[in-house]
Amino acid sequence: MQIVFDHVDYLYSGGTSFEKHALRDISFKIEKGEFIGLIGHTGSGKSTLIQHMNGLIKATNGKIYYNGEDIYDKNYNMSQLRSKVGLVFQYPEHQLFETTVYKDVYFGPKNLGLDKLEADLRTYEALKMVGIGEELLDASPFELSGGQKRRVAIAGILAMRPEVLVLDEPTAGLDPRGRDEILDQIAMLHKESKITIILVTHSMEDVANYVDRILVMNNGSLAMDQETRSVFSRYKELEEIHLAAPQVTYVMNTLKEKGFPVNTDVTTVTEAKNEITRVLKII
Amino acid sequence: MIRDITIGQYYPVDSILHRMDPRLKLNGTLLFIISIFLFDTFYGYIAITMFMISIIKLSKVPFKFILRGLKAIVVILIFTMTFNLFLTQGDILIRLGFLKITKQGLHSSIFMGLRLSYLILGSSLMTFTTTPNQLTDGLERLLWPLRRIKVPVHEIAMMMSIALRFIPILLEETDKIMKAQMARGADFESGGVVKRAKGLVPLLVPLFVSAFRRANDLAMAMEARCYRGGEGRTKMKPLHYSRRDMVAYIILLSYFALVIIISIYEKYLPYFSL
Repeated sequence: MQIVFDHVDYLYSGGTSFEKHALRDISFKIEKGEFIGLIGHTGSGKSTLIQHMNGLIKATNGKIYYNGEDIYDKNYNMSQLRSKVGLVFQYPEHQLFETTVYKDVYFGPKNLGLDKLEADLRTYEALKMVGIGEELLDASPFELSGGQKRRVAIAGILAMRPEVLVLDEPTAGLDPRGRDEILDQIAMLHKESKITIILVTHSMEDVANYVDRILVMNNGSLAMDQETRSVFSRYKELEEIHLAAPQVTYVMNTLKEKGFPVNTDVTTVTEAKNEITRVLKII
Repeated sequence: MIRDITIGQYYPVDSILHRMDPRLKLNGTLLFIISIFLFDTFYGYIAITMFMISIIKLSKVPFKFILRGLKAIVVILIFTMTFNLFLTQGDILIRLGFLKITKQGLHSSIFMGLRLSYLILGSSLMTFTTTPNQLTDGLERLLWPLRRIKVPVHEIAMMMSIALRFIPILLEETDKIMKAQMARGADFESGGVVKRAKGLVPLLVPLFVSAFRRANDLAMAMEARCYRGGEGRTKMKPLHYSRRDMVAYIILLSYFALVIIISIYEKYLPYFSL
């Protein structure tokens, strides 16, 4: 088990009228190489939860283990944890600051204390992974388009070669094409380098095609922790916590109600198309 | 870390003080500050302390929360008190090597400490109970006569309300960018002065960029809603003094009168020496 959350609680501004229970009794385990979707309504505690994973926020109660080690142990090397668990924040392009794209991505490896050759290598590699061409290396990051900026920012994390990559709403504010590009690239990363990926989003459509398992957050608690199909089959419960299953789930369920013997257990449009044509052939 | 700064923050509870007219609270704070700086007599300070305690009780803001505001001035407080204690000339009480504590020194040290703390407590109590919008509204109305001598009152008030509004936003943004850079291995805490100053670049550049972006967005949004300065602009909620505010003014003035009377007649009261 790579990441273990053991009864984690987090309280904001304890002891004042601003007090807020941001996380309540969260427990789960994540295995190496998993592709996980973390879903929840705005303010459900998703962002707070992921900041615990690399120690940016310290839990009020409970323990967190990374590769079997207690990260709150006083001998634990927190800066090493931060390089192992790469956290891409919401709107990561807002953190760009260097004069060139290359220098900005180089910031992470440089902070790891690597020698120049290794840091250069990782920087090139990360930029290649996110599909930023060599002609942009010397451009100012502030001149790029929205999608390009975001990919540069993600490269900034990838250049540290994390074992776990956590992305907070990586597609927010992008057009459909930019969204698909980013998600495809993340899926490819998962396939090729076998790193663990945790994708935070409030859109089921985003994750349906990619993730194996979904954690659903509601009001600071973990409401569901199941594989993708099982979560979608509980779409009525999802609606109660202001989430929705992908549209295909609704199409298939309505078809079934109308008397078509379709299997509702599909998550993507392609699967749904195949299922419907299969059933139509039988009829 | 950044969340600990409480000065200038609004504390949302419902109390009589929260519902009062902001002009009253501004004038009241001014009067209170004048009262703590005009008088340094023992009995006067009993009255001032009682007045402040009752105001704090009325505000329903937890005392612990108000005290947190003092944290920011602890260093200044200790500095002033120590200097006053050791460097004032007068009748010597204790001698510690080349240092000496005088009666007058002890007196001014204690009163300086009290004054500074009361200054912070009193003024932060105003911001705890008044939203930034009310505060600038009140200020705009109070300063309105100055328009005659070409003071851009509306512009000043608008600038102030925007600035106040953006303090929490920029703090939050700082927090976010700091965390994002820490996730990339940035270190804001260790190293010498030069290293630390250099380390701030990854924080300050994105912060400035975002401040300009927000300023742009805000200007656009204001123009889209036809903002064109204060001339002829009406208020959705104009300020009106209620009967309660009038009563409060009377209480405030009698408090001020009481402090004046006490300090004039102090010499007839039983002598108290520290």
